[in-house]
Amino acid sequence: MQNYKRIEITVGLFVVIGLLAISWLAVKVGQVGGLGASGYVLTADFDDVGGVRKGSDIMMAGVIIGRVDGVKLVNSDHASMALRINNGVKIAEDAFASVRTKGIIGDRYIRITQGTEESYLEPGDEIEETESAINIEDLISKYIFNGKE
Amino acid sequence: MMVFGRLGRMTLRGIEQFGDATMLALQALALMFRRPWQGKHFVLQLYALGVGSLAIIIITGAFTGMVLALQGYYTLAKFGSESLLGAGVGMSIIRELGPVLGAFMVIGRAGSSITAEIGIMRVTEQTDALEMMAVNPKQRIILPRIVAVTLALPLLVSLFDVVGIGAGYLVGVDLLGVNPGAYMAELIAKIGMHDMYGGWVKTVVFGFLIGVICTYMGYRAEPTTEGVAKATTQAVVIASVSVLIIDYVLTSFFL
Repeated sequence: MQNYKRIEITVGLFVVIGLLAISWLAVKVGQVGGLGASGYVLTADFDDVGGVRKGSDIMMAGVIIGRVDGVKLVNSDHASMALRINNGVKIAEDAFASVRTKGIIGDRYIRITQGTEESYLEPGDEIEETESAINIEDLISKYIFNGKE
Repeated sequence: MMVFGRLGRMTLRGIEQFGDATMLALQALALMFRRPWQGKHFVLQLYALGVGSLAIIIITGAFTGMVLALQGYYTLAKFGSESLLGAGVGMSIIRELGPVLGAFMVIGRAGSSITAEIGIMRVTEQTDALEMMAVNPKQRIILPRIVAVTLALPLLVSLFDVVGIGAGYLVGVDLLGVNPGAYMAELIAKIGMHDMYGGWVKTVVFGFLIGVICTYMGYRAEPTTEGVAKATTQAVVIASVSVLIIDYVLTSFFL
């Protein structure tokens, strides 16, 4: 019986270690969203988001300040994006949002360039100034065809 | 003509065995919520199959992570993207190598012992003795083992994943000089809950599969010394091959 008690304790420890491994993977690596997402949401319209998706990074001065909450097509011609910005990050009303690429073949992300105005955007406001994704193929084809003429 | 006859016989036997194994597993599982509870035997099996496989899982996990870091670094350095090493190691281990290699280790370490143990119980007529004492051998012997393997494999593979990622970190960062921040940051950024679910679903399915195949092969083994030996070999081969086949199917679902 004493022996069985020891086996029980060992099995208990084994299960705890296994569950710790699972939770580490889920929380640290998998980034389970925690309890309700924090931060506030701004919107921005783009002519071309170039593949930015839900979960893409939002950066200011190269620092991650939030994640894209969702992208949807509006009026069958342009895209509207919900940007979830971390609490404590203030964005000026004349801030500028652009779609950029990390490295040449890296992920797309949203870069926000801070504005100069004193008044800041409230949750739900829209960033008016946006710049669409730069399409490398378009640039190259433009360059080639200009050269021919 | 002989060839066709043999092929037909083999096919029929295969289908028959598949059905027999399914029925045996279902009969055992149906007894899960019936008294007498098999809690004690379940704990003993979890000890023998789960705790017993810990050491080999940690060792294989560590070396898998280390060799992935080494190979990944060699490949990625050619493109100058060593910073993606963490994502590469983590993605391969969590999505693919953890579940499959973990399952192989458990088949070799625990599955073979399940088949041999049950086979010898048949040879020495212990199962008949149980039945004489009004104990259902399906409930007492098969059920705890299937449930224990199904639950132990996800735990073991999660540990395999964590150890592998850690060992990859050691080799990548300390030995090869990849930026420590980049390793973890890229790993966290590139791997989502979606990848994790895929890995976990695989482990539960593989665990169940191993439990069913290994208990079946033991239970239906020919009650002779050679019969048990043959059944153990076959159990390991069949379980390994089915894990690989099911792995492809599941991966195509979870991509």
